[in-house]
Amino acid sequence: MSATLATTADADTLDWPPAFALARLTDMVRIRRMEERCAQLYGEQKIRGFLHLYVGEEAVATGVIAALTPADNVVATYREHGHALLRGVPMTAIMAEMYGREQGCSRGRGGSMHLFSREARLYGGNAIVGGGLPLAAGLALADRTLRRRALTACFFGEGAVAEGAFHEAMNLAALWQLPVLFCCENNGYAMGTALARSQSQTDLRARAASYGMPAAAVDGMDSVAVHQAASALASLVREGGGPAFLALNTYRFRAHSMFDPELYRSRQEVQDWLSRCPIQRLRERLQAHGLLDEAGFAAIERAADAEVADAVAFAEAGTWEPVSDLARDLLAAEPAP
Amino acid sequence: MSRRLSYRDALREALREALLADPRVLLMGEDVGAYGGTYAVSRGLLAEFGPLRIRDTPLSELGFVGAGIGAAIGGLRPVVEVMSVNFSLLALDAIVNTAALYRHMSGGQFAVPLVIRMATGAGRQLAAQHSHSFEAWYAHVPGLRVLAPATVADARGMLGPALADPDPVLLFEHVQLYGTEDEIDEAQPVDIARARVRRAGRDLSLITHGGCLPLALAAAGTLAAEGIEAEVIDLRVLRPLDEATVIASVRKCRRAVVIDEGWRSVGLAAEVAARIAEQAFWDLDAPPARVCAEEVPIPYARHLEQAALPSAERVLAAARGVLGAGGR
Repeated sequence: MSATLATTADADTLDWPPAFALARLTDMVRIRRMEERCAQLYGEQKIRGFLHLYVGEEAVATGVIAALTPADNVVATYREHGHALLRGVPMTAIMAEMYGREQGCSRGRGGSMHLFSREARLYGGNAIVGGGLPLAAGLALADRTLRRRALTACFFGEGAVAEGAFHEAMNLAALWQLPVLFCCENNGYAMGTALARSQSQTDLRARAASYGMPAAAVDGMDSVAVHQAASALASLVREGGGPAFLALNTYRFRAHSMFDPELYRSRQEVQDWLSRCPIQRLRERLQAHGLLDEAGFAAIERAADAEVADAVAFAEAGTWEPVSDLARDLLAAEPAP
Repeated sequence: MSRRLSYRDALREALREALLADPRVLLMGEDVGAYGGTYAVSRGLLAEFGPLRIRDTPLSELGFVGAGIGAAIGGLRPVVEVMSVNFSLLALDAIVNTAALYRHMSGGQFAVPLVIRMATGAGRQLAAQHSHSFEAWYAHVPGLRVLAPATVADARGMLGPALADPDPVLLFEHVQLYGTEDEIDEAQPVDIARARVRRAGRDLSLITHGGCLPLALAAAGTLAAEGIEAEVIDLRVLRPLDEATVIASVRKCRRAVVIDEGWRSVGLAAEVAARIAEQAFWDLDAPPARVCAEEVPIPYARHLEQAALPSAERVLAAARGVLGAGGR
């Protein structure tokens, strides 16, 4: 079954209904504009700590999350702003979280790396590489046991494939036929370490396929191809076929975090990938199909900018959780004697 | 009506009761099913409840403990058995970086109602990679509840309240206790927030937990024959510590020995002694003493293993030390 699924969509075809296609372009623009503003706010020291931007990788979350239902679970990494946004966490709550405000989606406890939402079934940005994989297997075990027709989409980077947690979770999920869609966001670098410099087998599909699950790879800069591949695998998982694995080959245009001098990759390499910008690609495809003109794209950008401005205003106006609440939600109330 | 029961059978009864009472409860771990549990705690449960509720896992502590956490967040009530506390270190990331942090870090949105059981302690010549007592490591971590049943009644009555607790609970079962027997009354739920006075006294507080409780009680018996009444406190909740019970006993007895099978440095006994010093210093007639494991890997050879561990004799010597101090 491995590697038999579509690896790329024909660059000219567009099977999406026009409204769906425009919505996906809008998704990517919203993530991009939000994060570009986050970078500015980091420079202004409004956002502190670690900040990992998804710029360049937007087609991955966009294509996969569009293949999910509201009943599905999402487990994400510390580069999860876009996933949270597309799962329906309001941009206001995301921005407030980045500011550390109590109006944030994790009450300001988590920050950029730990966005949570019960309503959106977002089980966290996880800052332990590979830490989300066993968790995802467990969420899927609960769904399967309780006969809920849901899957868990588990995002992780290619760096996580070297972790024991990856192999333990893949084995468990396949052994117990758990409904997990493993989504490997392969941006080529584990922080600054290139895949080939750290892993003996660089064909990520082969790693997953060795556990006997369907495994595919897709051009992660192409939202249409990502959606097609994710939908196909999600159907298999939903039909009770156990877990599946999708490698999404992508690239982050910006540094790993705001502290990264990018000594490990060449300007030329970055330039080459910039030419494959997922937003530009979908935009051109929509234009070729007569679904979008310059004014239409400008309107999408304006709407995103207005949403970002609202989110920043909301975060600016937010309040700090009182220090007296420091130990709140450490444990539930003391059990009755 | 009381009946005679072993610690092992008490644990099994508690598991069976929980499995019968709540379809969301499942037991998962290495060899809990077909093998019947390394310490035979789950023998017979696979036949009664089937492989979906008694789940043998691969040897992947990080994976199956992490999956237990996810299953708990997802609505199940898993009991995860880790074969020994030494092996639990392979799952430390899942327990500390996920289970313990999850409620607080998510701003209270998600709870992890999970129970993790594991065998702890030495005394069976299992050598250095199966014999340690790392309860204190877990008791260090906010967001966990850490329990140590030291009696058959607690082995029988702790699991129910632990499963009812909406937060992650760790249960440490001492390997020396599995075979012990006692008369117990009808199963009673245990108060998992409070320590327990196992023997009332007035001259000296012996504060301990788990596998060292029998040593403390034996030492107290010897002292009683000499007219010295030791009070024996079973901490049984290692986190959050029931400070009130400890301090009340020490204020009354004015002398204290803390007994812990863990290593002395930065350990549980150190924590208890520090709290006594902070809160009952002016009530003390002598500095608190500690009886802990020697700071070596627990060896295989019987005489060396025994030399490394707390014993009733060492408890007695420490007790006599604090009784002799302060001009009594």
